[in-house]
Amino acid sequence: MMNLVGQCAFALLGKLGWNQIPRNPIEAGGAATIVCGVLFIVALVTYLHRWKWLWKEWMTTQDPKRIGVMYIVVALVMLLRGSGDAILMRLQQSISVGNNNGILSSSHFQQIASAHGTIMIFFVAMGLMFGIINLVLPLQIGARDVAFPFLNATSFWLFFMGMALVNVSLVLGDFSAAGWLSYPPLSELRYSPTVGVDYWIWALQIAGVGSLLSGVNFLVTILRMRAPGMTLMKMPMFAWSVLGSMSLVAFAFPILTVTLALLALDRTVGAHFFTAGGGGNAMMYVNLIWAWGHPEVYILVLPAFGIYSEIVSTYARKRLFGYTSMVWAIWAIVLLSFTVWLHHFFTMGAGANVNAFFGIMTAVIAVPTGVKIFNWIFTMHRGRISFRSPMLWFLGFVTTFTIGGVAGVMMSVPAIDFQVHNSLFLVAHFHMMIVGGVVFGYFAALTYWFPKIFGFRLHEKLGSIAFWFWLVGFLVAFIPLYILGFMGATRRLDHYDASLGWQPLFIVAGVGVVLIGIGVGFQILQLVVSIWQRNERRDLSGDPWNGRTLEWSVPSPAPFYNFTKQPVVTARDQFWEDKQSGKNRVKEYEDIVLPKNSGLSVVIASFAFLVGFGMVWHMYWLSLVSLLGIIVTLVVRSMNEEPEYTITAREVEKLEHQREHQLKEYEGLV
Amino acid sequence: MSSATETAALELRREHEATEKTVFGFWVYLMTDCVLFASLFAVYAVIHGNTYGGPSGKDIFKLPYVLIETFALLASSFTCGLAMLSMQRHAKKQVLFWLGVTFLLGVSFLCLELNEFHHLVADGNSWRQSGFLSSYFTLVGTHGLHITFGLIWMAIMAGYVWKRGLTDTVRKRLMLLSLFWHFLDVIWIFIFTIVYLYGSLGL
Amino acid sequence: MKQHRKIILGAFVLCLLLLATTAWYLGRQPVPVLQPAGPIAEKERNLIIFTVLLSVVVVVPVFSLLGYFAWKYRESNTRAAYSPDLDGNTLAETVWWLVPTAIIVVISVVTWRSSYALDPFKPLSSSKPTLHVQVVALDWKWLFIYPAQGIASVNESAIPVNTPVDYELTSDTVMTSFWAPQLAGQMYAMPGMSTQQNLMASRTGSFAGWAANISGAGFAGMTFTVKSMSDSDFNNWVASARHTNRKLTTTQYAQLANPNTPNQIAYYSWVQPQLYNTTVLKYMTPSTTKNMESNT
Repeated sequence: MMNLVGQCAFALLGKLGWNQIPRNPIEAGGAATIVCGVLFIVALVTYLHRWKWLWKEWMTTQDPKRIGVMYIVVALVMLLRGSGDAILMRLQQSISVGNNNGILSSSHFQQIASAHGTIMIFFVAMGLMFGIINLVLPLQIGARDVAFPFLNATSFWLFFMGMALVNVSLVLGDFSAAGWLSYPPLSELRYSPTVGVDYWIWALQIAGVGSLLSGVNFLVTILRMRAPGMTLMKMPMFAWSVLGSMSLVAFAFPILTVTLALLALDRTVGAHFFTAGGGGNAMMYVNLIWAWGHPEVYILVLPAFGIYSEIVSTYARKRLFGYTSMVWAIWAIVLLSFTVWLHHFFTMGAGANVNAFFGIMTAVIAVPTGVKIFNWIFTMHRGRISFRSPMLWFLGFVTTFTIGGVAGVMMSVPAIDFQVHNSLFLVAHFHMMIVGGVVFGYFAALTYWFPKIFGFRLHEKLGSIAFWFWLVGFLVAFIPLYILGFMGATRRLDHYDASLGWQPLFIVAGVGVVLIGIGVGFQILQLVVSIWQRNERRDLSGDPWNGRTLEWSVPSPAPFYNFTKQPVVTARDQFWEDKQSGKNRVKEYEDIVLPKNSGLSVVIASFAFLVGFGMVWHMYWLSLVSLLGIIVTLVVRSMNEEPEYTITAREVEKLEHQREHQLKEYEGLV
Repeated sequence: MSSATETAALELRREHEATEKTVFGFWVYLMTDCVLFASLFAVYAVIHGNTYGGPSGKDIFKLPYVLIETFALLASSFTCGLAMLSMQRHAKKQVLFWLGVTFLLGVSFLCLELNEFHHLVADGNSWRQSGFLSSYFTLVGTHGLHITFGLIWMAIMAGYVWKRGLTDTVRKRLMLLSLFWHFLDVIWIFIFTIVYLYGSLGL
Repeated sequence: MKQHRKIILGAFVLCLLLLATTAWYLGRQPVPVLQPAGPIAEKERNLIIFTVLLSVVVVVPVFSLLGYFAWKYRESNTRAAYSPDLDGNTLAETVWWLVPTAIIVVISVVTWRSSYALDPFKPLSSSKPTLHVQVVALDWKWLFIYPAQGIASVNESAIPVNTPVDYELTSDTVMTSFWAPQLAGQMYAMPGMSTQQNLMASRTGSFAGWAANISGAGFAGMTFTVKSMSDSDFNNWVASARHTNRKLTTTQYAQLANPNTPNQIAYYSWVQPQLYNTTVLKYMTPSTTKNMESNT
């Protein structure tokens, strides 16, 4: 009888077992960190008696500003994890020379390398991006919310669950060791028999669905919910860049969904899409994944470009130079980004015709990007520039992005790419693009819009010190990699010969990483100090930077309903125009309809997590039941006849008066 | 205009805008679904020739059978249209009737398809045998999965129509469902042509 | 003001020092991509130099303008002109749409020409007959088969100097990449596929080779050497391979392909006929060999 029970338990648990918990010290350390981290958060929330508050104010919220904060918090935590991976990689590569095999086994190093890339792209960069868009976009276009608030919340929780799955892989089982894009046949069952690749597949599939739904959401938001009078050509440039990026999301993410599903089919039910043999075609995977992958990098960078447009024109106190040109450049980039994917595998042997075509298209896409850089520089021309930290991040961006861009144009020539493909030259290039381009922009955005969301400014000096450590550290960490690429250093190597002369350069790069780490330390310090000194840093006017766009016309922190009445727009940079003409803002009040909170987003995402977890561990019954759970939850949601509530104009007026009273109190404290 | 009529007019406009926004959003989602199917078609185009010593489309596709399936689905699209027309006329009973017919036709389509799959697997021609069979089962199967979700949705909508009548929300959702159903029909036409017709001709 | 100037000067001097140290250090190290030993690698290096110089045309204005505008239009400089509504200039925009386009046109022409000229599938023209070497990527070693000479070697490939060599590449494991930077760029080696890298060595020497695409745990150790030597030395090398008593039979090959077999240099005096072709083809048709992919 016990045998039968035991057998049932084994069947139900799929491949799970005690042996899936890591034993190796470093891996166990990673597992312990995750477990302790989660326990610590649970303990803290319990101790502060904040469960109800957490549920009511954050987990069930439909307010995009709150959702945005959650995205950013998750992204920044994952930045720490991804940086930890980077530090381990740098350390290994600095010491694993000749007879020394370093501190990591080859397979562990490769898992860390794969996790580093996966986390940084999918959970840090995408998280920061969607976070900032949630915070800023509705305010900027004069809307109260996004088009589909429940969908927005669900997208966040799907993102969260994808992140959770990646972190569970540290505790149970292992992670993929096949690189951040898991090329087959290496990622097929035969060569990667453990659950690692499955974790990768399902974490990305869940987060990817969230991203796709957000793409649809923000697209409809921009096209249908702008303030009256705000034609497309009167939108702020950030809104244009989001429109371009979300169009890319809508077209590119379904390709990722399909590709991940096909790899999952190969690994679970014995299909032959990408297997070596059996009629599979591994090169097809490479094409599919990059047909998604290339638009993905433009998805990430376009909003950053939009952020730079806002920051440069605000801090130079000048209109953005060449608005129309900038819009055209965005759409040129959007269209062209679908015509260049093969440049990621010139060396796969497609032949001269094909390589030449894609090489030329890759070079062409550099033109609109260059145009944008010149337009920003000429926005500075005859401006009156204040070099607060967001502006510093912009300068850092132009520096690193230009260097990385030159490397990119070099690699667009297939014959050059043959020599530097998959080398550290490539690694240096894409880090300069993504960190210098995307991450610097999102860091700038965090400082720039922080007061609008939280009501006080971040410590400026600490912010600029952080920036300098980041910039110098980043250049020190990656310029040696260009040289290493020319010295024959391939990426993802966990060991090399001493005679190659690579070690000193790896050590220098390691020093750069330490400098970046100090920069991160200053960012954390900046946050802590700013919160501590928040009363001295209150943003009393709602417009700390003498801004130009609508989000600065509401008080800080922005009320949950954004505007008491939707503004009417007649010009670009409407808020700036109003200030110049001395127009007095008379507050008008109207009844406001907003969505009610809902816990169903968390429920749906939790089921999605279980679907993924079940598939990873071959607990198929769990996946099926959870899928049914999602359907049932959706039906329950659809039964809700009153998903919205109304605040009367009188109640709004009362809230506004309370706020004015609060501001007067703060004034006394400053 | 009195304040009450103003509020009512505003309400109506708000409702109309919200519906339009939802329908537009659903169209955008359908376009992403289109890209999803396009990717599956691209995969099929690339590896449908990889029969790995096994059968090709010519050997396993039975056109007459598929034609019956196709008629079932096309007819269901037609009856779905009739349901929508009834909806415009606020004829609740007829909406339920035509939804029911659509549902039955959809279920028949699904049963025929599952039967086809069953025979293939029983004959030893499952997705495990070759790249061709993997891509065939996945492309046609994904469509079948969408049909399944559509049928579940249809049953739930029938429930709503019956219980709550043709309210604004119910009508809006019926509109989305019919968009979805017609979309799947269009995809099937591509599948029928590219997979079955071309396959049978040995292309 | 003086404080800032000191910092900037200090930073500048530091950068120069760093540059000097790096240049001195690099002068003493092998930098294979920039030290070609064959015509393909040499042309590729020349392309690198050319594109870097071309990029200077864009980079110099960008950095100069950035620095100049940042300094001139800083807040504290109240003497500078301030035109808050200046948001366009047709001439300026035309210049920076057209000049980068012109540069891109130049690069496109270069891309078109070099893609054909340096196509890895294109045989090199020479009076000497091409040497064919068949390469099979294994876990985690490289097998070199010399069909005309009837021998094989592991992790070491000798080639006669100034002779066109046609490396045919495949893999009996996952997707890998064959890269000997001093001689040519890299080419993927994939199971069930056969690619090519045509190259030539224009001087004798020993040239390092790497596997340039992650292929599993032993990937970092998957290095090889290409040894370019005189014709007579090459013949001696072939002869000494013929004198080993190891034969690359099917069984021996299976043992070599085992990931647990270490990647040491080895030679075989006899090779199973058509070994390369059978290795490629076995992925294309069903086979009962134990090497086949099983997904159950």
